This record gives sequence, C-alpha cells and structure tokens, in this order.
Amino acid sequence: MMNGIKIFITAWLILVNADIAAKVLIVGKQQKYKLISEALEVSSSSDTIIIKSGTYKEGNLIVDKSLTIIGKDFPVIDGENKYENITIKADNVIISGLKLINSGLSFIDDNAAIKLDEVNNCIITNNRFDKNFFAVYLAKSSGCEVSNNKITGVKTSEASSGNGIHLWYCKNIVIKDNYIKGHRDGIYFEFVQSSLITGNTSEDNLRYGLHFMFSDSCSYSENIFKHNGAGVAVMFTKNVEMRNNRFENNWGGASYGILLKDITDSKIENNYFYKNSSGIYIEGSNRVVVSNNEFIENGWAIRLMANSMDNYFSKNNFIGNSFDVATNSVKNYNEFNNNYWSDYSGYDLDKNGIGDVPYRPVKLFSLIVEKNRPTLILLRSMFVGILDAAEKIFPALTPETLIDNLPSMKRFL
Amino acid sequence: MNSLLKILKYQMQDNIRSKWVLGCFLFFLAFTYWIISFTGEAPKVIMSLLNIILIVIPLISIVFGTVYIYNNKNFITFMLTQPVNRSSIYGGLYFGLVLPLILSFIAGVGIPILVNITIFSESIFTLIIIFITGIFQVLIFTAFAFLIATLNEDKLKGLGLSIFIWLFFTAVYDGLILFLLQMFQDYPIEKFALGLTLINPVDLGRILVILKFDVSALMGYTGAVFENFFGKTTGFAVSILVLIIWFILPLTLGFKKFSKKDI
Repeated sequence: MMNGIKIFITAWLILVNADIAAKVLIVGKQQKYKLISEALEVSSSSDTIIIKSGTYKEGNLIVDKSLTIIGKDFPVIDGENKYENITIKADNVIISGLKLINSGLSFIDDNAAIKLDEVNNCIITNNRFDKNFFAVYLAKSSGCEVSNNKITGVKTSEASSGNGIHLWYCKNIVIKDNYIKGHRDGIYFEFVQSSLITGNTSEDNLRYGLHFMFSDSCSYSENIFKHNGAGVAVMFTKNVEMRNNRFENNWGGASYGILLKDITDSKIENNYFYKNSSGIYIEGSNRVVVSNNEFIENGWAIRLMANSMDNYFSKNNFIGNSFDVATNSVKNYNEFNNNYWSDYSGYDLDKNGIGDVPYRPVKLFSLIVEKNRPTLILLRSMFVGILDAAEKIFPALTPETLIDNLPSMKRFL
Repeated sequence: MNSLLKILKYQMQDNIRSKWVLGCFLFFLAFTYWIISFTGEAPKVIMSLLNIILIVIPLISIVFGTVYIYNNKNFITFMLTQPVNRSSIYGGLYFGLVLPLILSFIAGVGIPILVNITIFSESIFTLIIIFITGIFQVLIFTAFAFLIATLNEDKLKGLGLSIFIWLFFTAVYDGLILFLLQMFQDYPIEKFALGLTLINPVDLGRILVILKFDVSALMGYTGAVFENFFGKTTGFAVSILVLIIWFILPLTLGFKKFSKKDI
C-alpha cells in the first residue's frame, strides 16, 4: 500500500514538474516561430517568449497565459493604426524590451499599445512606445508595475490623442521612472487606490502632465512635470501625498503647476515650482498642508479660492513671483505661517530670524487683476505700487486674516 | 557739424565733472551695489533696477535737463552772438548733457553687476533690456526737459511743468488706464489697453522688462494678446520704434521752437 502511494506521488510530481518546467520559445525570422501569435498559441503558463528584432504586424495579440515576453533589440510591434497591439488578460505577465507603435485611433475603443484588463501582478518594463493612441492602459488591475518605459506620442488634438499611462479602477500600482511626452495626459489616474507614481518625467503633453481623480491614498514623488498644456490636475481625492516633484514652465491662462480641486487631508511637501502661470491653484480643498516648497518666478505662486478652508502653508520659499498669493474674497479661513517671502520688507530687531512686522501676501492689485484681467498690463507700475502701499497701511479690500504673522527673514534651505 | 561736435565736446567735459552727473553716478553705483549685496538674488535686483529706471531716471533727466538750460542761459546767449548755427548749439547742449548722464547710468549700474555677474547668468537678456530702456528714458526725458525750458522763460513754471510731466507719465497715466479698464471691464479691452500703454514711454519700457521677467504671469492672462504682440520680433521692433519717436518728437519740437525764438 505504502509503495503504491510512493509511486503515485512520484508519478504526480513528474507530471507536475513537466508542467512547471517552463519552455523558452523564440520568435524571429530564422526561428521556429515566425510570428508571435504562433508562439502565444503553443505556449503554456510561465513560459518565456523571446522575440528577436524585426517588425511584427499581427493585429491584436492576446496574452491569456502567465507569460514572460522579452524583446531582444527592441522588436517593433506595429498596430498599423487599426489594432490594439497587446491585450493582457492573465496574471503575472512580464513584458519588456519591446517597441510598440501605432496603436489604432478609435473613438469607440480605447486602443492601447499594451492593455492590462483585470489582471494582477503584471510588470511592464523597459519598453518603448511611439505614436500610439493610448500607450499603457490598466483597467481594474492590481499589484502591477509600469517602469522605465519611454513613451512618446504625436500631439494632434485632445480628441484624437490618448493618454500615456492610463489607470482606471486599479489598486497597488507602481508607476516608476517612465518618460512620457506628447500624449493627451501623461499619466491618468481615475478610481485608483494606494498607488505610487515616482521618478517619472512627463512633458509637452497636450493637456495634463498628470491627471489624477478619485484616487485616494495615492502618492507621487520625485517626478518632473514641465511644459504641459495645463500642468497637473489633482481632483476629488483624499489623502494624496505630493513630494519632491518639480513643476516647471506650465504656461497659459488655464495652466497650473498643480490644480487642486476638492482635495482633502493631503500633503504637498518639498516640491519645486518654477515659472508656472499659477504654481498651485486651490479650489474647494480642505486641510491640505503645503510646506517646504519653493515657488520661484511664477505668475501666481498660489491662487487660493475662498471656498477652501483650513489649509496650512508653512516654511515655503516665495521668490520673485509676480503675485505671491491671490484670492477672490475678503474672507479667508486658511493659515499662512512662517514662510519666506522675497517681497517682504520688514525688519527683525530681536534677531530671532522672524520678521517683526506681519506680511500680507495678497496685494490690492492682485485682487483687481483677479476680477479684471486686462489690468495686468499695469503690473509693477508705480501707480500700482502706491495703491498697494496704501492698502498695506489700511487694509480695506484685501483679506484681513490672510497674513503671515511670522515671516522668515531668511530663505529656507 | 563741426561746431556741434566742438560744443558737444566742451559740454561733455564740463558735465562729466559736474556734481550732478557725479552724484548720479555715485547714486547708481551705491544703490546697485547695495541692492546686490543685500539681496543677492537676480530677480530682486532686477525689480529694484526697474524702479530706478522707470522712476528715478526720468525724474533726474527731466529736472536736471530743465535746470541745465536755465543755468546756461548766459552761455547760450553768448554762443548765439557767435557765427554758429542754432541747431549746433541745441544739439551740442542736448547730447553734451545726455551722453554723460547715460555714461553715469551705465557705469553706475554696470560696474556692480559686472562684479557680481555670476548671479545674473540666467537673466543677461533681461539686463540688456533694462539698459536699453534706461538709455531711452534718459534720451526721452531730457528731450522733454529741453522742450519745456525752451517754451517757458519762467524758471519756476518750467520746473513745475517738468515735475508734472514726470508725474503724469510715471503715475497719473497708469491711474487713468486703470480707471478706464475698470470702467469698461465688461468689454473686450485687451487691445485697447495694449494701445494705451504703447503711447506712454515709461509704460512701454516697463512692459519690455516685465515681458522678460513676469512672462509666466502675462502668459497666464489671455496669453494671445501679449504673446502675439510683444512676444514676437515685430512687437519688440514696434516698441523700440515708439521709443525712438518719443525721443525724436520732443527734441525736434524743442529745436524748432529754439530756432524761431528771439534769443
């Protein structure tokens, strides 16, 4: 009886091992498999497919097994402007080293170069994407990583251009060290939870460098967003952490370093805002802590709409901005404390590093400009200086409570 | 022409040694040096320099220019008795004053900047615009000063008028623009505002500088109007042209008056 069990176990192990022993399938012109789809068909889970260089035009490739697909010398997978290049429908898929181009523009389907549809633990790394509608598209997936990809698009119009990295209903995703250029939105987050965006560069996109909505408990750090049509938008979200990012040169009437809309309990720390039309635009947001950031030579460093409450600004550097803070109301329920303002002209008699006179970052002129934009043409005129000085002495129109009582004399390092 | 150069030469020699020009030079030098060592940040320095250029230089030029003509009345009368034509005298006096003023401005502001050139590495172009604007302010407001002094024999009246002109261009005019813009804010007035600022040499100088400096804010506003006009070479050329007109116009008017004047 014991013997019988032993034999059975051995036989079973051999069978299982045969199944586990992953095959390596090589695709290429001089290889056994000429087409990727052939290899996909004969492969079984946990096999590796190696694709040699060449151009493959095979319509829509569907990966429905846990495969590792590796490209050698960036084989080109062409969607011929009609198809979705690769659709992943299985967990634990790894794709790297491919060059994916021309995923088809469609107004009905979101055709992507790589689409991950309801999968877990997939990795998309070291790929190149060019001229795609959507590049990487994750829907209802979790535990995936998208890293070190170079994604470029052709800017046409917002309607006929897709997003670089698009996430929809995802969880625990890591987006790391990617380069994204020329898409509609560089990175798009909607209904995503507990995910991390780090080390990415997103530039020259038509609309937002990062478009971020309904995505609670996510964080983004060490990213660079520049020259995007409208900067970065973060909306309808709780518990976002934004750290060590750079927001540069986002120019335009509706272009922002960060646009915050309906954000609560979030942190914006150690970021660098340089030459944006508006550094941070805050609307309907509560309990956001903005600290240790640099605001340098922006049009408006902060535009704080009056429907925001209990936001806290501390230890930021405001240097050479055309306007430090602008608001649209006489009422203010936010707190500014211990920031460095390059426009501050007070003194520090007791030498404790904190100015003895409070600083009012909202100037009368910024209120005028907020209501009547063409008056901006009078920026830095002597007359405006006189108006501002008069308002500074007897504040009547600017918010009485929007005041930094402890302005720092020295720039924070 | 020869006599113009001769007058110019002697006037320059005279003016460079004058307390006024020397004072201007020292003021520019001390101010620029102080602001650089105090702030150490290019944006702050440029903003302070902009105030100097748009407020102090016009004031110095127009007051000094007016006083200069009145003080040199005897000299002018004496020169007119000589076989020298009037254009030489007028031109010689004008450039004999303007050149030392420009020199004192360039040297006074330039030396501290050159010493600390490293902090300005990113804003060289803005500095160049600042210098161009400053030079034009000297030219324009001295021309106005000469015109005023030629038109008015009464010293007090002339000086009063100078200060009024200065105040008008630097402050009152902007107040009027603001008033108009506020009154007509329901209408598309961007181009109108642009036109109004083009007319005023001080505003024009200011816009040339802030276009380089506050570009992100200006782009934020209906970008199209500013970007389309000033952002391009045509806009810049038009601005320079308007500045040149502002300099030629009072100068020729003053000269015409001077040539027809009894004395």
